[in-house]
Amino acid sequence: MRYQVSNKYKAVVIGGSAGSFQGITQILANIPKDFPLPMFLCLHRLKHVRNGFVEALSIKSNKIVAEPFDKESVKKGGVYLAPANYHLCLELGNTLSLSTEELVNNSRPAIDLTFESASYVYRDKLIGILLSGANKDGAYGMMKIKEKGGMTIIQDPQESMINAMPNAALAATKIDHILTVNEIVNFLLELDKACRG
Amino acid sequence: MDDNTPDIEITELRKLTQVIKDKYDYEFKDYAMSSFKRRIKRVLDLYKFKNVDKLINVLENNPDYFEEFVSEITVNVTEMFRDPTFWKVLKEQIIPNILLNHNKITVWHAGCSSGEEVVTMCAVLDELGALDKAKIIATDIDTAIINKAKNATYSMKNMEVNNKNYARYQGTRSLEYYFKETNGEAVVHKSLLENVSYRKHDLVQGAIFSKFDLILCRNVMIYFNQTLQNAVLNKLHESLFKYGYLAIGSKESLIWCEIANKFIVVNNEEKVYKKVKD
Ligand SMILES: C[S@@+](CC[C@H](N)C(=O)[O-])C[C@H]1O[C@@H](n2cnc3c(N)ncnc32)[C@H](O)[C@@H]1O
Repeated sequence: MRYQVSNKYKAVVIGGSAGSFQGITQILANIPKDFPLPMFLCLHRLKHVRNGFVEALSIKSNKIVAEPFDKESVKKGGVYLAPANYHLCLELGNTLSLSTEELVNNSRPAIDLTFESASYVYRDKLIGILLSGANKDGAYGMMKIKEKGGMTIIQDPQESMINAMPNAALAATKIDHILTVNEIVNFLLELDKACRG
Repeated sequence: MDDNTPDIEITELRKLTQVIKDKYDYEFKDYAMSSFKRRIKRVLDLYKFKNVDKLINVLENNPDYFEEFVSEITVNVTEMFRDPTFWKVLKEQIIPNILLNHNKITVWHAGCSSGEEVVTMCAVLDELGALDKAKIIATDIDTAIINKAKNATYSMKNMEVNNKNYARYQGTRSLEYYFKETNGEAVVHKSLLENVSYRKHDLVQGAIFSKFDLILCRNVMIYFNQTLQNAVLNKLHESLFKYGYLAIGSKESLIWCEIANKFIVVNNEEKVYKKVKD
């Protein structure tokens, strides 16, 4: 399958829940240290465990993974992880914001909120990637990304440990690419090349 | 999530905040855009308003509705001993430090929501034997939630998470010491809250009304944009005695605020600052 990589893209959002840890670690281990686009990660996680998750994700990552503070500015190539028990959103003007609004899809952080707010800010210049998971969080967000002309990618339900989440996205909107984690990595590497011009 | 309502445009939000400003003199224009937009969308869904214009229309014609509206757009999520390690620092370092130099302590909970934070403060002070030295003011913009705070009655279901927090804080008692269970609800002992006064106050438009040794404004300014955060931080700064302490939420930061140079960091992990310049 040929992907339409181009240097028009400005950001990547990744959502995942049960069964996504391995995939996300593999992605972080394989993208280069100077991958130029910012990445926003919204992964379902234990509510009251504030520490440890960033560290676990960082072990094999080439990039520094950080939990942002409220109203932190997005930096080129930064990797931002939604903190435990906070929704992570993008604001116009290139900042991140946090919120403790109600749970959405039983989740806080909720992938739908990260994806929708990112689609509003980055419009057709956003790539949304949804990995394995046990509920439907992210499906609405993927729909919003598609509505704004962004690119939608799901982890192949066949490969996903739990495929409810990718399948829900598939049912909700047009998915541009159904890829295994290996293929997602290759895609990101090509994107990396394209963005460097 | 559902998608019955179309996307709300910024121009519609501008119109809405202008109407609210003109008619009610509340200023929401500098609330953080993404969450404010979701709050408005939620109100549209909740009351089955077909669009923002309908909401504007209702606000223009039904002054009685306004307080309910404010109540619905504010985010009131809170817990007792939220961020347990913060309360541990407060108990072991901050409050003892304040009491080292004075025999009294004045505290302001700015954006106290339903009062769990206030109950927590009183419990900590009680455990330090300092409750009778305290004068506490708790404020919020939301009238309904302030009344809830005054009532200090919480569902037993919520007490689960509160109990877990208390255990992580490593309190010397059990949380049950502070309330009585009645009809499935935890009623906080009135004696614990004797030194607290609750008031409605708007951090955005409201005037500075007193000076404090310690201000907690936690998880309130995350709903504001940077412009408004700076403005509110100026007010909080002015409301502190020199060498007084300011505590913000654990995921908030003063680093990029204009006023940062008038504070020093006392505890970076728990986001406690000290005013060192007027
Ligand atoms: C998420 S709660 C925080 C409660 C508590 N401080 C905590 O950290 O658990 C935020 C509160 O800020 C209040 N708030 C929002 N805007 C405000 C304003 N302009 N003035 C005063 N309070 C405000 C809301 O009504 C809400 O109760």
